[in-house]
Amino acid sequence: MSDLQALIAAVDAADSATKLSDAVQQLAESHLEGAIPTLIAALSYNNPGAAVAAVDGLIYLGEPSVPSLLDQLDQHNYTARAWAIRALAGIGDPRGLTTLLGAATADFALSVRRAAARGLGTLKWHQFPSEDLEIAQAECLDALLFVCEDDEWIVRYAAVTGLQSLATAIWYSQPDWRSPILAKFEQMVSLDPILAVRARVRWAQQQLQQEIGITIPAVATPSSEIFTDWHATLENLYHRKSQERPLPEGDPRRFRGLAATIGSPAND
Amino acid sequence: MPEQPFDNSETNDSLTVEQAIVNLQGEDLGLRIYAAWWLGRFRVDEPLAVDVLIKALDDEADRTEAGGYPLRRNAARALGKLGDQRAVPALVRSLSCSDFYVREAAAQALDMLGATSSISVLIDLLQDQIPGTLPAPEPPNLAQPFDAILEALGALQATEAVPLIHPFLQHPVPRVQYAAARALYQLTPAPAANQYGDRLIEALSGPDLQLRRSALSDLGAIGYLAAAEPIAETLAENSLKLIALKGLLETQLKQSPDLELPEGAVRVMQLMDELL
Repeated sequence: MSDLQALIAAVDAADSATKLSDAVQQLAESHLEGAIPTLIAALSYNNPGAAVAAVDGLIYLGEPSVPSLLDQLDQHNYTARAWAIRALAGIGDPRGLTTLLGAATADFALSVRRAAARGLGTLKWHQFPSEDLEIAQAECLDALLFVCEDDEWIVRYAAVTGLQSLATAIWYSQPDWRSPILAKFEQMVSLDPILAVRARVRWAQQQLQQEIGITIPAVATPSSEIFTDWHATLENLYHRKSQERPLPEGDPRRFRGLAATIGSPAND
Repeated sequence: MPEQPFDNSETNDSLTVEQAIVNLQGEDLGLRIYAAWWLGRFRVDEPLAVDVLIKALDDEADRTEAGGYPLRRNAARALGKLGDQRAVPALVRSLSCSDFYVREAAAQALDMLGATSSISVLIDLLQDQIPGTLPAPEPPNLAQPFDAILEALGALQATEAVPLIHPFLQHPVPRVQYAAARALYQLTPAPAANQYGDRLIEALSGPDLQLRRSALSDLGAIGYLAAAEPIAETLAENSLKLIALKGLLETQLKQSPDLELPEGAVRVMQLMDELL
């Protein structure tokens, strides 16, 4: 049995939460591409320790994880989906863009919107084909400004971190976009109802003041595979426009169904 | 999928405040209990809503097979959220209800309302000295909702209760121990308070996920800054860790009114960013 097979066998054989978490961690730390399917499966085990280790492993492996992460995004298990989005966000691969945009603006689960909003700011912009960079960043800006109005404080908090990163990325290339970002921060720092969000906005403002003008990220050459997949990603970008945000979590209309079933004792 | 237009069937009645208030006084028990929950969930703090919720604390119509009062429970929870002090006397009376969960909801509501006038009855309840109060129907069949009572005493700054709270650090139910540590942290001046915060930090590395979640929530409630890194490293859902860290962050910020961002606040935000 190869090392990889042995490590995967250990994950399959784990019969307690701790053993599972340890086995996934060892597999993740092997940094073997063959581990990717098992690591993605580990996102659905409802075991935070295993999921954290699997996400770290997938981020370390980077680009090769992306196609499987996108293909296997779990539509039925939002916890697993949130972990997968965290992995995509951590990798920052351009092919994740449309998934992150859709997840940040339209997923019903706040943990998914939160992870995606963060990820929209940490995309590896130097890997985008230069002719498409502007449209991609413009979509991110739109999405993040929208997500800054989310009903859940933690999603707004995450959107602020995303917007701060995007601001740094576009500061010199798109000077026209500075003012909508700064205006959004100005508005939120005084009007957001949640103190923690206002504090995060203040911190973003302070860091932008300190950072701008000092660093511009170095340009690296993206792989040819990313270029090939990118056009499919761009297609998705336009289709995404038809997506609609479901009812927010606090909306009374979401509870319509509840009134009908409330009489049954199993419902508490 | 596009939004469906709303129909006007019965299940839709909860959409207006007026209808919720009507439902709460109606015959349909399902709609009554839902209306009570709804008024709290959407913080309908209109005087009329508060009036009918207070009345619902004396309801006799809605009983479970075990003798519980589901409507009273929901009404007490809602009243805690609505912030109207007129509810305090009725909630204090509810601390003597036979239903364990009504007492629990009432203690939590009085905590939220900052009702210091309830302290003496809470202390009686902590000592299990109120006749006619039945234990919890599920194991471990606690005599009283000790965790809710302890949390309320801590939040209400009931320093006179400290000697009575101490023994609960040794209670057989860990959740109750944590509630005692949380209360003692709030009732003890620094730096002596830190020993209680440290007990909760210790609980973050326990073997039981449910208990780790419980300790996270307690640490968030007291805002103990030394817990920031241990919270970030706890094996639990990021959502819960973020909520706990929010508690720490806001505690830091309350000491600096103009969003001056003390060093501790920045430290907490760095940890939060990594958990998003």
